[in-house]
Amino acid sequence: MAEARTAQALRTAARLGLISAAALAVFAAILLAAGKDPLKAYADTFSYTLANAYGFSELLVRMTPLLLTAVAAALPSRLGLINVGGEGQLYMGAWLASAGAFMFPGLPWWLLLPLVTLLGFLGGAAWAAIPGLLRAARLVNETIATLLLNYVAPLIVSFFIFGPWRAKENSAYPQTSLFPEAARLPSFFDTRVHAGLLVALAALLAYWLLVEKTRWGVSMRAIGGNGEAAQRLGIPVAAWIVIALAVGGGCAGLAGMGEAMGVHGRLRPGLSPGYGFTGFLISWLAGGRPLGILFMAFLFAILTSAGDTLQITQGLPYSVVNILLAMILFIVLARRPARGGAK
Amino acid sequence: MDSPGSTPLLEARGITRRYGTVLANDRVDLSLYGGEVHALLGENGAGKSTLSKILYGFTRPDAGDVLCAGQPARLRSPADARALGIGMVFQNFMLIPALSVLENIALFLTDLAPVIRRKALERRIREYMDRFGLRVDPSAAVRQLTVGDQQKVEILKLLLARARVLIFDEPTKVLAPHEVTALFQVFGALKAEGYAILFITHKLREVVACADRITVLRQGRVTGALDSGRADPDALVALMFGERAGEGRPREAPRPASGARPILELASAGARAAGSETALKDLDLAIGEGEIVGVAGVSGSGQKELGDLILGLRPLSSGAKRILGADASSWSIARMRESGIAFIPEDPLVMAAVPGMSVRENLVLGTGRRYWKGAGLDWPRLESVMGESFKALAFPLPRLDPPMGALSGGNLQRVVIARELAHGPRLVVALYPTRGLDVRSAASVRDLLRRVRDGGSGVLLISEDLDELAELADRLLVMYGGAIAGEFRRGAWQAEQVGHLMTGSGEAAHG
Amino acid sequence: MTTPLALGVLAGAVLSGTSLLYATLGETIVERAGIVNLGLEGILLVGASVGFAAASASGSPWRGLLAAAVAGCLGNLLFGWLVVTRRANQLASGLAMMFFGFGLSALVGAPYVGALITGLPKWRPAWLAAQPWVASTTLFNYDLITWLALPVAVLVWWALFRTRWGLGVRATGESPAAAFASGRDPAVLQYQALAAGGVLGGIAGAHLSLSLTLTWAEYMTGGRGFIAIALVIFSKWNPLRAIAGALLFGGAEALQLQLQARGSDISPFLLEMSPYLLTLLVLLAWGGARRLAAPASLGRTFYGSD
Repeated sequence: MAEARTAQALRTAARLGLISAAALAVFAAILLAAGKDPLKAYADTFSYTLANAYGFSELLVRMTPLLLTAVAAALPSRLGLINVGGEGQLYMGAWLASAGAFMFPGLPWWLLLPLVTLLGFLGGAAWAAIPGLLRAARLVNETIATLLLNYVAPLIVSFFIFGPWRAKENSAYPQTSLFPEAARLPSFFDTRVHAGLLVALAALLAYWLLVEKTRWGVSMRAIGGNGEAAQRLGIPVAAWIVIALAVGGGCAGLAGMGEAMGVHGRLRPGLSPGYGFTGFLISWLAGGRPLGILFMAFLFAILTSAGDTLQITQGLPYSVVNILLAMILFIVLARRPARGGAK
Repeated sequence: MDSPGSTPLLEARGITRRYGTVLANDRVDLSLYGGEVHALLGENGAGKSTLSKILYGFTRPDAGDVLCAGQPARLRSPADARALGIGMVFQNFMLIPALSVLENIALFLTDLAPVIRRKALERRIREYMDRFGLRVDPSAAVRQLTVGDQQKVEILKLLLARARVLIFDEPTKVLAPHEVTALFQVFGALKAEGYAILFITHKLREVVACADRITVLRQGRVTGALDSGRADPDALVALMFGERAGEGRPREAPRPASGARPILELASAGARAAGSETALKDLDLAIGEGEIVGVAGVSGSGQKELGDLILGLRPLSSGAKRILGADASSWSIARMRESGIAFIPEDPLVMAAVPGMSVRENLVLGTGRRYWKGAGLDWPRLESVMGESFKALAFPLPRLDPPMGALSGGNLQRVVIARELAHGPRLVVALYPTRGLDVRSAASVRDLLRRVRDGGSGVLLISEDLDELAELADRLLVMYGGAIAGEFRRGAWQAEQVGHLMTGSGEAAHG
Repeated sequence: MTTPLALGVLAGAVLSGTSLLYATLGETIVERAGIVNLGLEGILLVGASVGFAAASASGSPWRGLLAAAVAGCLGNLLFGWLVVTRRANQLASGLAMMFFGFGLSALVGAPYVGALITGLPKWRPAWLAAQPWVASTTLFNYDLITWLALPVAVLVWWALFRTRWGLGVRATGESPAAAFASGRDPAVLQYQALAAGGVLGGIAGAHLSLSLTLTWAEYMTGGRGFIAIALVIFSKWNPLRAIAGALLFGGAEALQLQLQARGSDISPFLLEMSPYLLTLLVLLAWGGARRLAAPASLGRTFYGSD
């Protein structure tokens, strides 16, 4: 049994390796066509991220929100739901956590920190529960609903950044005041790696335990595997749809809280460079499997660092790295054997 | 009608077709002449639809020939059939509900201009409408039409595409009585202009009313080919169903009616229908302890809807449902299961199992709260209880780790049965439980249902197999059109009688 | 509402609504063939960036427009290869196209950020310009794309509902099995629909950069692709109704801009939210019912006869 599992894991790793290689090759070609030097870009990325301790720590910083937004997509995917709203749920988590931090600045850290963490979760959960209810009532497809809400959440956050929460001191950047120290997540050594990483890993572990080891996981996987049979066997499908989306959204909310309380210390408009979408990609490519998510999150942390490198060393906008992500998706999609097609 | 000496417009000679182990058509001969209505009669599963698929080019026969106007025809696809002037009106119309009548007809024309000339097309359509009495509004959307009118559109499609042979697959299944009359008038008009009509059905009365010649199929073979003059309903039923009802077979003595409170009661229960479902009307039904109640009927008579109603999947729109006297009309599915209602479906992979999950996990689905243990499940106790269930049923215990979808059909059914029976259900709803099973598996399922009954539970057995029902049912209900057309005690019915009720050609009867 | 504000909103509605209308028309054709392209946002961005880059490089906005149309068409054909030929899941493929559009448009547009171009020339018929109430506004002072918007909508309607090709496309979207049974190849029809839709999508994107803003900025389409998808539903997959929808949403955006320009107290962020919330409301109120109007086979993969 164990050998079969290891062989399977090796095969999957080899497959992912091949896909990544192919994608990198196509991306290199595109960069060449644009007059850039792909080899230098790749080399720079390597030296920036893997070749030194600080660079490695930055990878962990980047991985933290990716793990959480991946779980945000992965949990609902077990029921067959598509949650592409990680971006919006992340922002709303950050928003609600910030609200808590600004409203109770006097609380000691052992009260405030758990409070903002809880609020981060609730903000994302509530934002995801809306499309959840719409889907459970069969009114709106959750893909479109979560996508649209992605555009609304950052605007709500911006409203507060430019309005009630605006930093008193004159600053060139639009941003809020700093959060009270008691609300800040502690960081490790001299890096920017913060306790949010532990939260993210805990969330990944909890996700795995929930889906694989609890009776709730059995119900969820039954819905995802055969919704009609699940319903006929008495599982309350509609309720589960809302719960799964809400809990997933909560994880994305924690990512937002982590970025705000752990990395930046304040709210800024560009809080997330697409973590929500990248998380969805990670979950999708990993098939919702926790180990795969861990691996892909690390891989994507490196890949998205390439985006920064491209920006710094080759003068390309960060967004160009989306081409690489798209290439990976294209290759996986084009390879999938056509099976029972449903929407 | 063409004289017998002339060449048939369409002919099947020695058609044989197998699907796996099932011999759907066994050396079938049929000849269809211009200017006649020829009925192809048989019960469900007799091989009618297979033959029609072959005649229309959907499938190829394993042996035998199809001749068109005397010439051998190579039908590789429906396009070939259409080119030869063979048209088919399906049970499920090949119409696009959202498009108009005109557009649906235009879609299937082979000589349609790039820019559609609506006025000219409409004129052509009206011409055919008037000639054959097929009046519909060309600009109406098909989904707004009654089923009878939709069928007219299907016919017009074929006529405008210059078909000369029209095959109708169970055309009256979905029609109201007056629409059936209208259809037969259309047949008359078409017949008069030399069209050949093949009318596939299981409804005796209609065959007798409109057919010129009749071919009867049973279990893939032609059991009779008659002129309508020599065909009376009894003879036809005998050809369709054969000698049945357990003559010469060891029969159980009729069981006395149980005096105890019924497990399940339906009182004037009704349910709405959506789309192609059958609405249920005013059903009165009681199932007691220790009895098997069988439900016979051709497909589409409402049996599946009845099963879903009992299980809690379908809400009642009128009347009441009671479990052991308690009003269960609005109970959830989970609650129905908890109160001891079990379900054995025809297709467990679709309805009662999750293929991607392991056998072990499938065993715990639908067991409600019984194995809850904190946040997890009491796997050891589940395995023990289920193991007992398998043992009591004399089923081999499968490996529990592999995914459910890896099991063979028979094994899958056994796992589902073991799970459903593990907690001593009060009532087992069995929906076509032996459909698709090999002879041995089917026999053991039947044995099992008997044992369930002998153990004091009630069984609702919905089946299309009259043999099976004769063997097992203590009481037999016949459904037709969403209502109960007849009720019989064991031994008090004959296949003929039930056959009439199933096909709508008998009077409501009891026995 | 005061008259200048009303006229300003109306004028703005037409200007903003143009690219929305073209995008909606393109997606309508594609969805009528049974395919949902969630990556429309990416196609629009590619159209905007390629159009701008080509216009800047060649000095001619017309060349830019042509390049954008071709780019949009190619993008949709790539999407078609994934969903029609490779039979990939339409939702996931659409999202992949979205990412691709994000990145490709950023790459293509990067060298041209801040470039100045001559936009598409605008015309106003003299007799309208002479009217006093018109002269002070931007009403009726439109570029060719805007002038052609209504005729194109009518053309798309005519193609879908009055031609043999359109009948085949619609049949494919309702029931590929029926289309196949009628002797057509659903895959070919879907590719054709995607090509047409891609051209319109490319033009829709180009209109933003070549006429509306005369700039290129990343993500400048701001979710218009998703709003267009909602508009397709809102207009019940009818190109003529799409005109009303595009005007409505264009008006909402124009109103928001006008209010900001007049120093309104309402926060710009709340105003910017309105199109998305409006879209969600529209889907919520009518999406369920509208589903009946959707092409019956929308989003499903077709496997041919078996």
